[in-house]
Amino acid sequence: MSMAAEVSVLAKLEGSVGSANVRTEPKELLRFAIDGVTPKFEVRPETAEKAAEVVRTAVHEKFAVVACGARTALAIGTPPASYDVALDMTRITGISSYDPGDLTISVNAGMPLADLARELAEKKQFLPLEVPFFEKATVGGAIAAGLDSPLRQFYGTPRDFLIGAEFVDGTGAQAKSGGRVVKNVTGYDFHKLLNGSLGTLGVITRLNFRTYPIASARRGFLASFADEVGALKFVKHIGASALTPIVLEMASPESAGLLFSQYAPFASLCAAQDKREWTVCVGFEGSGEVCERYAKELARMAKQAGAQNAVAMHDDQFAALLEILREAPVTMRDAAAEAVVMRFTALPSQLADLLRAVRSFARSSWMTAPVLARSECVIYMALLPRAGDETAFKQLDYFWKSVGSLRGKLEFKGTVVFCPAKWKAMLDGWEHANVELEMERRVKRAFDPNGVFARGRFVGGM
Amino acid sequence: MQSGIIAELEAIAGARNVLSRAEDLVLYEYDGSVEKARPEAVVFPSTTTDVVKIVKLAIKHDVPIVGRGAGTGLSGGALARGGGIMIAFGRMNKILELDFANRRAVVQPGVVNFDLTRAVEHAGLYFAPDPSSQKSCTIGGNVSENSGGPHTLAYGVTSSHVTGLELVLPNGEVKRIGGKLADPMGYDLCGLLVGSEGTLALVTEIVAKLSKKPEAIKTLLAIFETVDDATETVTELTARAITPAACEMLDGWTLCAIEDYVHAGFPRDCGAVLLIEIEGITEAVAGQAQAIDEVCRLHHAREIRTAKDDKERELLWKGRKTAFGALGRLAPSNYVLDAVIPRSKLPQALRQVVKLGKECGLQVGNIFHAGDGNLHPLVLFDPRKPEEFREAVRVSEEIVRYCVSIGGALTGEHGVGMEKAELMTLMFSEADFALMRRVHAQFNPTGLLNPGKVFPMGKGCGETRVRTSPMAHPLQTGVPA
Repeated sequence: MSMAAEVSVLAKLEGSVGSANVRTEPKELLRFAIDGVTPKFEVRPETAEKAAEVVRTAVHEKFAVVACGARTALAIGTPPASYDVALDMTRITGISSYDPGDLTISVNAGMPLADLARELAEKKQFLPLEVPFFEKATVGGAIAAGLDSPLRQFYGTPRDFLIGAEFVDGTGAQAKSGGRVVKNVTGYDFHKLLNGSLGTLGVITRLNFRTYPIASARRGFLASFADEVGALKFVKHIGASALTPIVLEMASPESAGLLFSQYAPFASLCAAQDKREWTVCVGFEGSGEVCERYAKELARMAKQAGAQNAVAMHDDQFAALLEILREAPVTMRDAAAEAVVMRFTALPSQLADLLRAVRSFARSSWMTAPVLARSECVIYMALLPRAGDETAFKQLDYFWKSVGSLRGKLEFKGTVVFCPAKWKAMLDGWEHANVELEMERRVKRAFDPNGVFARGRFVGGM
Repeated sequence: MQSGIIAELEAIAGARNVLSRAEDLVLYEYDGSVEKARPEAVVFPSTTTDVVKIVKLAIKHDVPIVGRGAGTGLSGGALARGGGIMIAFGRMNKILELDFANRRAVVQPGVVNFDLTRAVEHAGLYFAPDPSSQKSCTIGGNVSENSGGPHTLAYGVTSSHVTGLELVLPNGEVKRIGGKLADPMGYDLCGLLVGSEGTLALVTEIVAKLSKKPEAIKTLLAIFETVDDATETVTELTARAITPAACEMLDGWTLCAIEDYVHAGFPRDCGAVLLIEIEGITEAVAGQAQAIDEVCRLHHAREIRTAKDDKERELLWKGRKTAFGALGRLAPSNYVLDAVIPRSKLPQALRQVVKLGKECGLQVGNIFHAGDGNLHPLVLFDPRKPEEFREAVRVSEEIVRYCVSIGGALTGEHGVGMEKAELMTLMFSEADFALMRRVHAQFNPTGLLNPGKVFPMGKGCGETRVRTSPMAHPLQTGVPA
């Protein structure tokens, strides 16, 4: 782009959002870099209308736009194929409308999740979107990143509680879907597509959610087992019982050490543990009577499954546990300089097989590989190379290829969540996503016909 | 329709699986709505391969296609608005796989909703979406319209219970999206396809989630002197964050009609009742029942009955689920609406519905999913009197407009179909339609599949409902039947 052209674009962007809200200084722009790719402009619109105007300018200039919230999850996805404008959404914030009596809320995309949680808590309500980077992440970013919450065991995923959205599509038009009522089948459910789309379909400006009452008590239960067989047995027992826990996770020995050892109330449990022990974390909520029943039955089932140790946790301890589980993918990433975190989805009936297989691939690489299995259907796994290990990428590559050998034997999907930028060009993190790409492309073409959003960040180079 | 096309359809599906005589087709020109549109042929495929061949045939002859389950919808979604071929999935009704370990069922679209629950209940499981028509409606239809039911208050509509689909696209291609796994890794295509009202693809196989039956169920019948007391109770239950599994309201007039029909023991002299169901583990149910009891009494419930056993419970639900049939005894026809309001506005919305009903001079009954604000006002009319039909349509539209004006939505579980296509402009802007059209064009570029649905055609409601096509039912042309 020529100097003159750049000046004219700058003027256009400044015309939209005001000169104070367009930045071009390289130092500032570095904060928006994705995998080493830095944008030319940072633009901070104050309203959805202004965001749409910026997108229209980008379309006109054939620019690539990446919408950003708190920039906590920008490392997810492949590096952008091109990146001109970082559309900082943090000024479009706050609650747009909240009807506690309806248990629904409409939130501007740039609002931090933690602020939203505090507002909801004042009305004794919450949103079951306990996702990584919770303290910083924005609502819009959380939906675009599509990471899941430990509470999915009972409350499901955004597909179950995201009831509407407003967004800027790839033509720069402000579009919406759904509404603000809990039951609504009017029109196509575009908001469901936005979840996990990594910003490739549109710029989310507002999201409508169903909210839930905070139960009078929320407690937890931890049990440790000599091996994964016992842990899985306990998990199956719970599944077959009348209990409907809100959290059900299984941490491998490496992962239990990593996640729980830092937190005092669990340190004693961990200290007592043999290093080879698996830990099952259960959360439940309800009245005092309900919680008592859970604690009693869980203790009985844990014993039956051969638990070595078991601890019942009160509300505060459970809150801490939930935070630990919520942030687990980030804790795994931060456990080594060149950590790679992967996410697999599995069938409950094949969870044991998939766990065994990926752990055995990891063992042959002699990298530490903590594993956390969530709700019997998701596995987070990290490969943690030792500092300065020059063979690390080779081992990672071998691991990822080995995963491919499971195709046809097990029904699963897998993607790379976090990976050092330098390896992304050599490792296809979407290789095992196993999506119907041609159908996905139709959606992308409809939403973003000019290819303006998050170029190349998603599966299949979308 | 050319006889050549009929012959080709017969070659694909077998002669006994094709209908083309006027007297047969007339059965397929309606659904649960007041809309009518007659297909030119109805074909019953047995396999996905049959469906592909039918689609290719339709492409060759450029005739539209519409899929149909049991035709129980209330929006005209399964009607052949553009004529052409209706693909009725009634004979693709096999449960292909029951995977108890993973709580999934793989079914063909023609499987009746309740048959799936019956097939898995021995394992302590069930299929959660439970439309009132669940004993006849099909899962394919549920997927198309994203159907609900009383218990969707707690468990969500169909899209929360489908993880995979096999599709036949309008170009004849077969695609599979999702599967048994819980999450998609790309875009949530199932989330888009479920509820797309048969306008993007034909669904030929469904992977459905199976839910665990609760340990305890308690069914309460709270009886109120006035409709206001009942609606205030619902609003307060929501405000206190008490979430039953189902919370249905029936007004006094409707109750009398039902009682005459099913003898479920409903009172004949009350203003309204709430049929409330609580589910979960025994201790949770006991606690919730007590809280609900308290709220009902605070709002002057005259009596609160608890179903003593499964038989009593089933009888109460039978009363609820056959209500529309019961009302059929009172007038030759009725128009059932499906609109949603924010739950906190239930009392004012009901007052408005009653007011509008009184003004129009037609009997309006109210029987609906109160807990999630999904209204189903039912307007009785005599189709032999064109002015009554017009008035029924007018007042229904006014009610829908009112619901949207207070922050609600056009449809909670039956879809837009033909019925509400023109009303879509109440909720969506030109930019919204532009995106919807682009998505539609990506999947159904020639508009071969289910034309005339969801999108407004730019005509007034009167024009779209009261057609003068030679195929139209006498009702719509104003000719007495």
